[in-house]
Parts: sequence; C-alpha cells; structure tokens
Amino acid sequence: MLRYAIKRVGSLAISLIVASLVIFACIEVIPGDPASFMLGINAQPDTVAALREELGLNASLGARYLSWVTGMLSGDFGTSYTYRSPVAEIIGDRLWISLPLALIALGLTVLIAFPVGILAATKRGSWADMSVMGATQLGIAIPNFWFAMLMVLLFAINLRWFSAGGFPGWENPLAALKALTLPAIALALPQASILARVMRSALLDTLSEDYIRTCRAKGLTQRQALWRHALRNAMIPVLTIIGLQFSFLLAGAIIIENVFYLPGLGRLVFQAISQRDLIMVESVVFLLVFAVIMVNFAVDLAYAWVDPRLRGRA
Amino acid sequence: MTLLSIENLSLSIHGLPILRDVSLSVGRGEILGVIGESGSGKSLTAFSVLQLLPSGTTCQGRINLLGEDVLTKPEPALCAMRGRDVGMVFQEPMTALNPVQTIGAQVAETILIHEPNTPKPEAMKRAAHALTRCELPQDKFPLSRYPHEMSGGQRQRVVIAMAIALQPKLLIADEPTTALDVTTQAEILDLLARLVREDDMGLMLISHDLAVVTDMADRIAIMKDGAVVEEGGADLHRTMTHPYTKALFAASSHQPDRTATPEDTPLLEVNDAIRDYTLPRTSLFGSADTFRAVDNVSFHIKRGESLGLVGESGCGKSTLTRAILGLEPLQGGTIVLDGQPVGPDARRKMQVVFQDPYGSFNPRHKVARLVSEPFHLLGRKATDAEIDEALISVGLTPADKTKYIHEFSGGQRQRIAIARALIIKPELIVLDEAVSALDVSIRAQILDLLADLSDRFGLTYLFISHDLSVVRAITDRCLVMQSGKIVEEGPTERLFTAPAHPYTQTLIAAAPTLPDL
Repeated sequence: MLRYAIKRVGSLAISLIVASLVIFACIEVIPGDPASFMLGINAQPDTVAALREELGLNASLGARYLSWVTGMLSGDFGTSYTYRSPVAEIIGDRLWISLPLALIALGLTVLIAFPVGILAATKRGSWADMSVMGATQLGIAIPNFWFAMLMVLLFAINLRWFSAGGFPGWENPLAALKALTLPAIALALPQASILARVMRSALLDTLSEDYIRTCRAKGLTQRQALWRHALRNAMIPVLTIIGLQFSFLLAGAIIIENVFYLPGLGRLVFQAISQRDLIMVESVVFLLVFAVIMVNFAVDLAYAWVDPRLRGRA
Repeated sequence: MTLLSIENLSLSIHGLPILRDVSLSVGRGEILGVIGESGSGKSLTAFSVLQLLPSGTTCQGRINLLGEDVLTKPEPALCAMRGRDVGMVFQEPMTALNPVQTIGAQVAETILIHEPNTPKPEAMKRAAHALTRCELPQDKFPLSRYPHEMSGGQRQRVVIAMAIALQPKLLIADEPTTALDVTTQAEILDLLARLVREDDMGLMLISHDLAVVTDMADRIAIMKDGAVVEEGGADLHRTMTHPYTKALFAASSHQPDRTATPEDTPLLEVNDAIRDYTLPRTSLFGSADTFRAVDNVSFHIKRGESLGLVGESGCGKSTLTRAILGLEPLQGGTIVLDGQPVGPDARRKMQVVFQDPYGSFNPRHKVARLVSEPFHLLGRKATDAEIDEALISVGLTPADKTKYIHEFSGGQRQRIAIARALIIKPELIVLDEAVSALDVSIRAQILDLLADLSDRFGLTYLFISHDLSVVRAITDRCLVMQSGKIVEEGPTERLFTAPAHPYTQTLIAAAPTLPDL
C-alpha cells in the first residue's frame, strides 16, 4: 500500500508540472502581447510598456515560467491588475467560500445518494425502487439554478428561514453555514441523483456476482451479504463519480454562486476573464487544476484502500 | 443412514416446469454423482437443497435433510442450515471468492456467522486449520492472502475450506473441477474424496463429465430434461438400461471414423518461434522485464493432417495459436503457411473456430452475413450458392441464412462457426478449444462433422485443447506444450499409450478415464 502511494505521488508531481506548462503555454499563445490584450485596443503605448515592465514580460520565456512557478511555490501568485491587490489574498478569500460550499454539497450528496441507492438496489423492482428511479430522473433533469430560485422563494421569501443571498463572512460561523445551506442543497440534489443511480447499478452488479452466492451458501442472509461483501466491491465506480463531482462542485458552482450572490471562485474566474485579468485567470485555473489532480490522487488512494488488487500496480 | 433424500421434487420458475419428480438420496460417507448435459436441471437440483433459487421459483415434493423438510423451513432457519449442515462448492473458483477480502476472513466468516460468540482469533485459528486440511499450509498460504494472489486450483481449495470449516454433514459440489486444468482437477477430486472419508460426509458431485464421476462416485444418477432417467451404482456402465444413459456413455468415448491420409508435404511450418511479452515496469526508471510465452517452438503440419496441441492454461498454446493466425508479432523465428509467411495473403488459406459459440458472433447480423465474413480476404462478396453450400456442408439448411444467431443452440452455432471457416475453402482450420463448451452428445456430432469435412475437402486441422480425450479422438499427431516449450511430439496413439516426457505422463495419468464398456 505504501509503495503504491509513493508511486502515485510520483505521477502526481509529473501531472502538476505538465499542467503548469500547459497553462503557461496557453496564456503565452494568446495572439499578441498580454499587456496590450489586458489594456484593450485604445491603450497608450507607454501604458502598455509600463504594464509589460510590471508583469515582467521583457524577461525570457524560461525565466518567466520559472519565476511564475517559484512564486506560486512560495505563495506569491502575483498582483491582480484589476483588483490591484495580491492574487493569493483574493483567491484565499474566495476559497474560504467555495471550498466549504463544495464540501458541504459533497457531504449532502453522499448522505442522500448512499441510503437511496442502497435502498433501490435491495428492493429492485419494488415501488421504492421505482420512485427512487423516478425522483433521481427528475433531479438530474431539473436545472439546479431553477431549483435554487424555487428554494429562495419558499425558504427565504415566504418562510424567511434563510437569507436570499450574500455571505456574512466566517466571523459568525453559524450565520456563514446558514448562508451556504440553500446553495449547498441546490448543488447537491442533481449530484445526489446521479450518484444514487450509480450506487444502485453498481450494487446490482455486485449482488449478482458469484461470490455473493458463495456468501449465501455459507449462511449469510441477503442483507449480510450486501453489507459485508457487495458494498465494498460496489465502491469503485461510486468513488470515481465522487471524485468527478467534487472537482465539478469546486469550480462549477458559478451559476449557483450568482443566484445566491456568493463571492466564490466560480464568480472570480468569470469576472477575471471578462476583465482580461490574465494573472488572475492563470492563477485560478492552476489552482483548480491543482485541486482536480489532488482529488484524483485521493480517489486513487481510496481505490487501493478498497481493492487490494490495485495495490500491486501503479 | 440417509442424510439427504429428495422425494418427488418438482420445480418451476415463473410457471415454467424445470424439474419433474426428481428423487435422489445421499447417505453418510457416500458420494452421489449427478450427471447431465446443460439444461438437464442438475444444478437447480443442487441449489434447491440449499433453497438458493432464482426469484419466482416454486418447489413441490420433499427435500429431507437430516430429518427435516427443507421446503417448509423459514428463511432464518435456512440461513442457519446453509454452511453449517450443508457446504457448497461452485464451478467457477476465479469468481467465487470476494476479491477484496483476505482468504482468512472469508473462511473465518463461515465460523463467525454460525457461532457469533467465537472470538475472532479463535475463528482465524480454525480457518487456518480448515485451509491446512485443504492442503493450503499456513507457511505458504497465510490467512492474509487475497484471492487474486492465488491460482484457480488454490482458490477452489479456499472455497472448499469455507464449505468444510464447520464440518457439515453434506457437501454439494457443482462442477467443482470443470474450470480447472486436468492435473489440478485430479488433485481437487482427491481432496474431496479424502475429506468425505475423514469427516464421513455425504457428497453430491454434479458434473457433465462422465469420466470424472465414474472414477469417484459410489452411486450415479443420470438426469435429462429435469428428470432422473436412471440411477445405479459405480458400475452403471455395465448395468445401464436406459437408452439416454447408453447414448451418453457412447458419446463420451466417441471416436469419429477418419479415413483421410496426410500427404508428405508440409502445409504450415513454425520455425523457432519466440513471443515475448513486456511486463509492467516495477520501477519508474528501470527497464521492463519480459515474459517469454512462446519459447523457440518449431513444428510443422502436413497437408491433410490433423495435429493436436495440448497443454494446461498458461502454457502458451493460445499465444502460439494467435501467432499462427498472424494476430501476434513474433520476436524471433518464422511461421510459413504454404510457402508464404503468415500475413494478409496467407490468411485466406487459414480459418479459425473459437471456443465460445455464444461470444464469437455479432448478434445483430444474420447468418448469411456472419458466414460470408471471411470473403473480405478475397476482395469480393459471397454468392448465395456459396453460402448455401457452406451451410449444407455443416448439416444446416439454406433457409437458416436469414436467421439471427440467438435462434440457434450452442451446437448449431458451432456448426455456423465451422461454416464460416469453410466458406472460402481454406487449407488449414485452426480449432481453438472448438468443442470444449459443448455437451458430450453435441461434441460427438461436431467431431463426426470435422472428420467428415476433412475427408471430403482434404482439410488440415490444428486442434488446440486442454481435453485429452478429444485430442485423442480426432488427431493423427500431437504436441505437448509446457511453459512455452514443446516438450513432446509424436503420433497421438503412441503418445497416449507410451508417453516419454514426465510432463506428458503426469497429464495422461491425471486425466479421468471412462471404464471400458
């Protein structure tokens, strides 16, 4: 298991280096000069020259890449051109909303999907299974921003249990959690619908495996066979989906962030792109790629924990 | 004393009758062999004893186990009985174990589920004992092993250890050796016989293989279409009266009449063939190791000859077959068919029939299209007359060409596979375990068909099989392969009656044989 983990760390490092090169190259290959791109077509030549100097664009390609990477390693992501403050600080603030939101949404997803998926699989063909399949179909079909607006209408405007949007900051953790509740539910429901279906079909597959029959012949009840043997084997596809969902929830919450006026990462990227703040885009994109790679790394470790057959490989 | 008596058991699934009036009994220390072809209901009979049946199944009659009727027991009582009073061993050892649990945990589970008050270390100790009894000693196979770290035969021993951990009175083994190599099969059968003797258990041994059962059973029951057609002692081959029993014994030892004589010119020549596989790298920067699957193999097949290639799983025979078909690159040596190196041009002179009559056809194409597939090698389409001729030559009718593959039985599908191989009139047909998945009576028909076709068309066969009796029946000459090498070669009869190489001797000694009728 340890050898497997070490090998995964090796491939993790390689992925990160490749990702940083690709992102750097993408920003570099934008036609024209980044400084004049950021300033727009009406910029004065001396303003452009000043920005070029500020961004260090006069240095060689290799030196720029190195200074970008070493800067990031020491926590210096550069200075945002539009915000005029360090990128690291801005991202840090936004991350404190997006990360908890993604984690709460993922937690809700798992809490809903596991019991529902297991119930549907054990009672295959029953009314419970059919209603789960129907409800999850609906959960996938309904756009989450519309669902978010319905929740705002009911819980914020009519019942006044939650505020309709905005984020009060973490000084009052309870209020902060409350502000994230509706967005997290809106994010979680479609994901839970997907995950419940994956859980159901993965469990149905494992329940029809030969070793479940062996367990029954040993004297286990259907229930014991499910909990002790089928569930762990069904986890591989489920873990894959959870990994994908976490990456999506971290960066893909942009619409929900807009509905609830949450200053998260999604909105930050959106604004940075529309304001041509390349330094910000570069940093946030790298951060998101970093998060996705880390999540995949965690999923790989989880695979090996679940399935001993994977431990020998890398 | 009777452990199990099944009386007039009838079983239907969703109203469709499967078993009719089955009556069988197993006594203490007795081995009952149950023989039947696929669909005879032998496995369902076994599963009905444990009441592990598909949903929608209804049973009538009585299944008396240790004085109690299984059919009237509620589910909790059945769970208490399974594993404690009756152990079960299954056909497919590769999938019968949970891949994510250690073998120790899985064997100990049998004990813990029935005796929940047992402390875990104690259960593990008893699991170790059960595994040791099944010849998996702790120094070589510790409890912490996972199933994927073991071979098929070793996994079957784990399944048996699980079944006998609580020393049940009755053991049911459903085709326990069908998926195993012949030497492993002999070891597993010996193990089962020893356990029956030591624990004075009853054993219900279910098999399609007459030779396996007659070697070891005290009594034999023959099943057909959901009913027991005949029951007798170990000497059933002498006392049998039912025509189906007689037909089954005849088909099992069937020798097709072959009159074709090989010419002296070689058709296929394999010279010093080497096939290496690159293994996964063990470290990031080290060079990858290679595994030599085919190691300097040389042989030839004469025109009109039928050559057998036998060996156990992993010996390299499938790799060699694929290399002959041009599907694997060689790292050394040459393969020449009729003077040409194997490649696109040579492929039209050679066709193949695979083992699985279910998986080797595209289910969405009609028979006419399936059978005419090899014509792409000739660059033209098959004519109706050619398709008809191919179908007729394998005993089907031209009307069959408009049907889909699911409308045919396993034996008919294998005929279609042979028609597909024949249609472009190849010189060599490679038969890769072509009759291994078939029931004995169907197998006898296909062997007759192959013999007849070789007489009529002067075909040359390369017959690859793990089943020695089939190879003996159909080939003139035989190669024995072990660890990538040909260890012995000679005329089939000589090889079987006087094997020279120790490995050949082991193989032939391990193969179960039918008594002379």
